[in-house]
Amino acid sequence: MKDNKDIRVVVGMSGGVDSSVAALLLKEQGYDVVGIFMKNWDDTDEFGVCTATEDYDDVVRVCNQLDIPYYAVNFEKEYWDKVFSYFLDEYKAGRTPNPDVMCNKEIKFKAFLDHALSLGADYLATGHYAQVRTTDGRVEMLRGVDDNKDQTYFLNQLSEDVLSKVMFPLGHMPKSKVREIAKEAGLVTATKKDSTGICFIGERNFKEFLSEYLPAQPGEMQTLDGVVKGRHDGLMYYTIGQRQGLGIGGAGDPWFVVGKNLEENILYVEQGYHHEKLYSDALIATDVNWIQEDKVEKTFECTAKFRYRQQDSGVIVTRLEDGKVKVTFKERQRAITPGQAVVFYDGDVCLGGGTIDEIIKDDITLDYVG
Amino acid sequence: MDHIYMDHAATTPMDKRVIETMVPIYEEVFGNPSSVHSFGRKARRYLDEARRTLARSIHADEKEIIFTSGGTEADNLALVGTVQANRHRGNHIITTEQEHHAVLHTVEYLEKEGFEVTYLPVGENGQIRVEDVKNALTDQTILVSIMFVNNETGVIQPIKEIGELLKEHQAYFHTDAVQAYGLLDIQVEDLGVDLLTVSSHKINGPKGIGFLYAKEDVKLNALQFGGEQERKRRPGTENVVGAVGFQKAVELAMENREERKEIYNNYKETFLQELAKHGIDFAINGDKKLTIESIVNISFPGTNVEQLLTNFDLSGIAASSGSACTAGSVEPSHVLSAIYGKDHACTTNSIRFSFGLFNTTENVIEAAERVASIVKRLTKK
Repeated sequence: MKDNKDIRVVVGMSGGVDSSVAALLLKEQGYDVVGIFMKNWDDTDEFGVCTATEDYDDVVRVCNQLDIPYYAVNFEKEYWDKVFSYFLDEYKAGRTPNPDVMCNKEIKFKAFLDHALSLGADYLATGHYAQVRTTDGRVEMLRGVDDNKDQTYFLNQLSEDVLSKVMFPLGHMPKSKVREIAKEAGLVTATKKDSTGICFIGERNFKEFLSEYLPAQPGEMQTLDGVVKGRHDGLMYYTIGQRQGLGIGGAGDPWFVVGKNLEENILYVEQGYHHEKLYSDALIATDVNWIQEDKVEKTFECTAKFRYRQQDSGVIVTRLEDGKVKVTFKERQRAITPGQAVVFYDGDVCLGGGTIDEIIKDDITLDYVG
Repeated sequence: MDHIYMDHAATTPMDKRVIETMVPIYEEVFGNPSSVHSFGRKARRYLDEARRTLARSIHADEKEIIFTSGGTEADNLALVGTVQANRHRGNHIITTEQEHHAVLHTVEYLEKEGFEVTYLPVGENGQIRVEDVKNALTDQTILVSIMFVNNETGVIQPIKEIGELLKEHQAYFHTDAVQAYGLLDIQVEDLGVDLLTVSSHKINGPKGIGFLYAKEDVKLNALQFGGEQERKRRPGTENVVGAVGFQKAVELAMENREERKEIYNNYKETFLQELAKHGIDFAINGDKKLTIESIVNISFPGTNVEQLLTNFDLSGIAASSGSACTAGSVEPSHVLSAIYGKDHACTTNSIRFSFGLFNTTENVIEAAERVASIVKRLTKK
């Protein structure tokens, strides 16, 4: 066994409290810790200021407090090619993409992992709330113990091989504990606000941001029966199950987005949170990743999440050709959204996940969903 | 693991003798050189003497030396100060694509203020062409600013020829000599320059001090206000102890210049020979025959700068490349972009090694070995 001091761990540092504490804990455990900041997005404004500057400055200050070397690496090109292009393509296709899943798959745990390994790292560590468990040489990913913070949903595309080189030092503790450790250690990021939203958009208005990259095509809002209810600003601005921003007044229950017709540029809306058109009983997912593929049966029962921070639901998974699966719900689900991830669990073990592609009810694909 | 410093073009360690000279000044000389009492006069004497030494080192008159906080400020003063004072004579500035940002960002600012700027291209050998300067000149040109030695490639520019060309032209000629001073023989009359920038910390002197040589007849506006110091061209209480340290560093640099040139050149040759011996693939940027002894810029095909620099540092080798962006990541070098074009691989796989006081033949050999083993590992397919 190598001594911890001979094990080099590269920590992906964002300038936030989580990765700061991850680095602190590893340092306390005696590892050879190296902090690296990733710059994935250039938002330099007309005054030459970019938000990454401030975050990097926090990384520098924390690393100096911990007395570990720090560096930066630029993946703007990779991020644009692998994550942002996908993000725009999905919106163009009328779907609701999850760039964080793609960022973890293509950037943090691929390009960045490769970079870390090229620096002689034995492991890559991040401040994600998830756990890695190794048993008899096999590696599994478990949920973070903080239910509210568990991030395995976003990590569903990682392979067992990748996970064998990864450490999640925060997975076994609640967020409150992380803040406490940061405060006790006097880290400058101890009280820094958590980042919210999609990293490259930050605090900006989502609609405005998207309109800079994709032309908005306003069109009609209709019920599935063809009753015109108003105008929409562009299909990409809406997601299934959405209530806000429709601007339909009048009597009765509020209105919700139930689907999109891309060809005719129609946004489908129906009345009532529990409108039956929002419900489905199965889905087809593509690009499915299994963390331990050889252990996955052809058909099996497990639980699944269709959105981040949702409770698990019981499902039956049937593996199809080409990395696809059919997921049948034990109870009907509301507002399943194409483009989002479906992630599978066996108790606390995350089995893997895929991208929601088709929505099914009573054995019929719901074309109106989009 | 021994750390080996190969980044003397960024900054240098102070010579022990410089520190020894400064310590008693800290202790004994605290007066304000402008004060009309014995404490002030004592400080003034040290300042004057330092000024005299600096002037002598470039064959200038002491009245032509303006102390500044360093090279960046001297460049700013040279550029902004002269074009503001000479606007009535024209609004055209000539500089090059490979200048240090202290010049480039300043002319970009002046461009926004309404001046016209011509950025001269750089040849494959790392030099700008005198012919290009000639062709860019107009009767509106009031300033030409061309660096003496490029800080990334180490390529020496044809300053004397340009000085010759500009003799009959109204334009002032400024050169940033930060990387040249200390190793090259600089005689301002002979070179035909009107303004010249020097920094102390690049020649084993203290940080926070430099000077601008401005020829007696150069009209120059001050950029700061509030005092009579430096003949009103740079007000503010003088950094006396810095000036004394700077003076000592200059004396030492002048004393054994030829010897140091030879030593640094040996370091460079040894380093290159050792790299070649280890069988790695590399190429020198800029024509080596034209480079200053202390700098070599090397491209390592199949690698990238961030990977190289981080690996080097983790193995104790301090070198650099291009300029760091504010978020820490390394931007493609604007100097190498000027030489090769914007998206050329060399702009993102090249490292500058610069030799100096910290080095010994042994640590240069050791550095080459570590560099070679890293490059080998990174290029192994």
